[in-house]
Amino acid sequence: MAAHRSGLSLVCILFFSSLAHPSNCDTLEKANDNKAEKLSISEVNTNGGVAGEDLNERQWLSTDVEVDKSDGSKNSETLTPAPAKDQFQEELVIRPLHSGDIYASFQFRTLWDTDFLREGQKVSHYRLFPKSLGQVLSKFSVRELHISFTQGFWRTMQWGQPFIPSPPGAELWVWFHDTVSDVDGNWKELTNVLSGIFCASLNFIDLTNTVQPSASFKPLGLGNATDHRFLRYATLPREIVCTENLTPWKKLLPCGSKAGLAVLLKSEKLFHSSFHSQAVHIRPVCQDERCTSKAWELRQTLNVVFDLYTSGQGKKEWSLFKMFSRTLTEACPLASSSKVYVDITDNPEGELFELSPATPLLSQAVVLGDRRTYSVFDLSRAETFGQLRSLNLLLRWKGDSGDMLRPLLHAERYVAGFGLQTGEIHTVIYNNHPYRAFPVLLMDSVPWYLQLYIHTLTVTSKSRDNKPSYIQYQPAKDRHRPHLLEMLIQLPPHSMTEVTVQFERALLKWTEYTPDPNHGFYVGSSVVSALVPSMVAMSTNFTQDQPLFSSFVPVKEESSYFVRVYTEPLLVNLPTPDFSMPYNVICLTCTVVAVGYGSFYNLLTRTFQVDEPSPPLSKRLANLIRRMRGVPLLA
Amino acid sequence: MAALQLEKQRGRSAALAIAAVVIVLGIPLWWKTTETYRAWLPFSEISELDSLQLQLSVDIEVVFSRGTLTPEQQKRFPHSHVNEKEHQVDAKTGLRYKYETRYRTATIMEEDALNQPTAAEADLSLHMLSESSCGSVVVYVIPGSSTLLPEDVKVYVGQRRTALLRSPPFKSSWNLKEVLSNLEMDVEQVVSTMSFAHQDIVAALSDRVRMTKVTKESMTDSMRAIKSSPGYEITFSLLNPDPKSHSLHWDIEGAVQSYIQPLLNKLAPIANFSVDSQILYYAVLGVNPRFDNSVSAYTLSADSLSHVINPVEARLGSNAASSNPVLNFLLYVPDAHHSPLFIRDHGKREVPSNAFHSPRWGGIMVYNVNEMYGPETERPVDININMSKVMGVFLAQLRLMLGVQHTHPPTGFVLQSPGSAGLSDWELDRLLWSRSVENIATASTTITSLAQLLDQIGNIVINDNIAQQVSSAVTSLQSAVAELEAGNLAFALQYSREAILASERAFFDPSLLHLLYFPDDQKFAIYIPLFLPMCVPIVLSLLKIVSEAKKRRADKQAKSD
Repeated sequence: MAAHRSGLSLVCILFFSSLAHPSNCDTLEKANDNKAEKLSISEVNTNGGVAGEDLNERQWLSTDVEVDKSDGSKNSETLTPAPAKDQFQEELVIRPLHSGDIYASFQFRTLWDTDFLREGQKVSHYRLFPKSLGQVLSKFSVRELHISFTQGFWRTMQWGQPFIPSPPGAELWVWFHDTVSDVDGNWKELTNVLSGIFCASLNFIDLTNTVQPSASFKPLGLGNATDHRFLRYATLPREIVCTENLTPWKKLLPCGSKAGLAVLLKSEKLFHSSFHSQAVHIRPVCQDERCTSKAWELRQTLNVVFDLYTSGQGKKEWSLFKMFSRTLTEACPLASSSKVYVDITDNPEGELFELSPATPLLSQAVVLGDRRTYSVFDLSRAETFGQLRSLNLLLRWKGDSGDMLRPLLHAERYVAGFGLQTGEIHTVIYNNHPYRAFPVLLMDSVPWYLQLYIHTLTVTSKSRDNKPSYIQYQPAKDRHRPHLLEMLIQLPPHSMTEVTVQFERALLKWTEYTPDPNHGFYVGSSVVSALVPSMVAMSTNFTQDQPLFSSFVPVKEESSYFVRVYTEPLLVNLPTPDFSMPYNVICLTCTVVAVGYGSFYNLLTRTFQVDEPSPPLSKRLANLIRRMRGVPLLA
Repeated sequence: MAALQLEKQRGRSAALAIAAVVIVLGIPLWWKTTETYRAWLPFSEISELDSLQLQLSVDIEVVFSRGTLTPEQQKRFPHSHVNEKEHQVDAKTGLRYKYETRYRTATIMEEDALNQPTAAEADLSLHMLSESSCGSVVVYVIPGSSTLLPEDVKVYVGQRRTALLRSPPFKSSWNLKEVLSNLEMDVEQVVSTMSFAHQDIVAALSDRVRMTKVTKESMTDSMRAIKSSPGYEITFSLLNPDPKSHSLHWDIEGAVQSYIQPLLNKLAPIANFSVDSQILYYAVLGVNPRFDNSVSAYTLSADSLSHVINPVEARLGSNAASSNPVLNFLLYVPDAHHSPLFIRDHGKREVPSNAFHSPRWGGIMVYNVNEMYGPETERPVDININMSKVMGVFLAQLRLMLGVQHTHPPTGFVLQSPGSAGLSDWELDRLLWSRSVENIATASTTITSLAQLLDQIGNIVINDNIAQQVSSAVTSLQSAVAELEAGNLAFALQYSREAILASERAFFDPSLLHLLYFPDDQKFAIYIPLFLPMCVPIVLSLLKIVSEAKKRRADKQAKSD
């Protein structure tokens, strides 16, 4: 019995269990395995192991039913059906970048005229909208859901602004409906369900990395929710995105990867790129121009940047086949529109690059404050595919591309300082607009183990103190919630604004360290959201039939457009102990106790007896001399 | 010398005292501080549940209508009669059926009801007269000359809990005992059709009892039905592998409302059901059907059916928002190049319904649309699916999955079809009986195996909430058994559901898995630096003391000799 009792070994077990690698899908699979194991245990336990074999071999039996054939004829003629309540659009934008890289952005939009949150009525019949997501929406009363998985960092200075920005790793933000009473409980369960759907470690989202930003993340869809108690925002900068996340994402598409643009999404090419980002955005939108009723919009986006050197072998020559190792042969038959856009704004005369096959269709759109021209390939028309019945866009650069216009808003971030005790976070925001100042919202969510000294917060632009007009700071609680810092900063024209704040690194409990603590701890990207003054008039008509990539963020006024910029995530080293320490401590303590105990025991049980004291050395020496001299010895 | 002796004695007693302190104080202290928390569990009650004696009580009412008994016989009328049967299923499980039969003559109103022209109308008006309780059976004995039933029909089982029994020819000279015993066989048959048959109950006990004694047929019946669970998800999926040619429309919402919902409403006491549907495009079967020239159609043989589903199943998805078992019903519309498609059964005959089902999983129906359009129709063709045809098949499959068994009625029996409700009252009763027994069997097995597990592995921490779940499962189980004994079927089912919920929650509680495994080598690696230096001197000095004591005794003996 004594062998079962062990308090000390608990320590040891914890140590070993903390070595288990909590990365990505491993854990999920493990969790599933556990579950399966558990279930099989119960199966064995409860069934006494009888039924198992028969169940594995599924028995298929024909169903005997009396079929009434009488009224078959009535319904069998083809009827003109009622107009479908849902529609699907797909679109691919290809933008050649000045660096020689190429940016491909897929957008798939499913629009469904229904209301998940209507009282009393359960939505349970799905056509184009994926059932799994619909069930999640209605179960957790989600009003708006945005989730993105990104591998790599978007280099704004080289590539310009992306259509839909996303931070490295996983990002999830959700607006719950205002009837939800237990938002935290819903959030916890929702992240677990989503991690199952997307095969990602979203289950690592808990209260210690969830914040409720008060201003930075407003709903993008219908409804003016302002109460940020119903908003949850979390990032997992460490999340690694790979094939196992892409497959479930593709499964949400009505055509899967069988037809339409999605045939291009082959993971072996997509992940061999310098930037990959896939996202799902769900929000309520207007059904029609007058906005009398709500519709739900599911937007699945996938952005990928192929590198000139690794994917393009250094040649400035791109084709669909070279990028995706596939060509397009048909549109998804369920899609109401299926188009490929190629950005030719910088190439009006064909002097920069050559695009083949040529298309007479051109389209203009105002995107991110700029009027862009696109060549359009409409996949729903047979002539697009030509005689080969396949579309392989070819883009060949002719000369050296000129310099790119610097993006108007840009931000970066780094950690300064030395040693393992304190440090300083620097966030640098650039306003490259030559003459306009504009305000930006900076949001920073810092984990609790970096203890911010908020009194050291300084904001300087053009070496002058720049007082933020609005600061919201929520201090962290150790092991409960992170710091949240939101500021509204006015950026002077053509300036660099630096935000610094000092922090102290906390000592973690030894079980709180990640499996590879010397790698460092990630701190999620800061988010800079701004309404940037636009060079051209933005179109505010939201319902106009415009390309998907230009219609994601609603535009409220003509003179500016909304931009969100994510900075780099930080990697901070925390003081890391030697992890064999507990065992060493146990051994050392035991040894010390044993030594002390040993001498004590020895002292107590030793038999003492009176010994004849031997004469001192001087006396012995004297006696030695006396003996030699023959003199009587001293007593 | 005496001082030395005294000193030695002191050392010895010090060693003994230290050993005593270690044993009396140290070991209990270490024991107490390293103990795992284990809340009290009702082990004795659980071990009582391990050997289960179930008693099922059925109330039977036999009503004699006018003209079946002579006045002489009516006079010596027994009021009730109890018939008990006992079966020992295995060493630990016993069954006892208690049939409590009450006899009476029909009231005037019942006589009126029985005078209706058809059996169905009589059934309805009898139902209007009195509502019989859940689990009970009422048998009306009607005269042999009655025109209510066709000539060759002996028994008519209605939609509710009543049956009409044509009385066998009695001789008027018989005394009542002979009449009743003559009737008894028939009544027994009626009861086993309408409430439960022994083999159903044994099949429901399959969780506890090894299957060897059960016949193959009832085994397939019980295997087909999905396991008892507090809720089920029913998913209808329309598979359209060829959206380029077919644009399919199905009014699933209306069809569910009119065909499936009545059945589910009826089944509400058994479990919660949720229904949803989806359309899957480009979902192909896992087997390429073979073209058969003789019928100029594609065919799937029954042997290949097991491979059909695998690629589709990955796309069906499970319900993201619940963990209940899912029943899938797939409607497969073959693509234009593989139409028409027919299923052949094992005897190479075409299956008229063109549908098949898999136990505990669901069913598939193949729906050919090639005849609905000409070859030069513009693609995609809009096609409306005839939902009444589809739902007829799915409803039949659903009844199979839910365990509403196809009872094979004995000869001479007529079972009234359940009509729009989808389920007769007595079919529901049958289901309640077997589900209650199944729940009790499952819950008791879960609880006993949990108790066994906790008993065997002493390292598992038993928290208070688990103890609470276990005790509530045990009390619910006891109440369920008691209610079954008393014949209150509805309560028995409810308690058994509670028991199964509580027992599963206790069994799958994640806290049980914490710190389950302590490798012994690591345990000792940690203890040795402390224990070895401490124990060696104590043990050695104890050994020395013992050997000295032995020597002294030997010396003393030698001296005295």
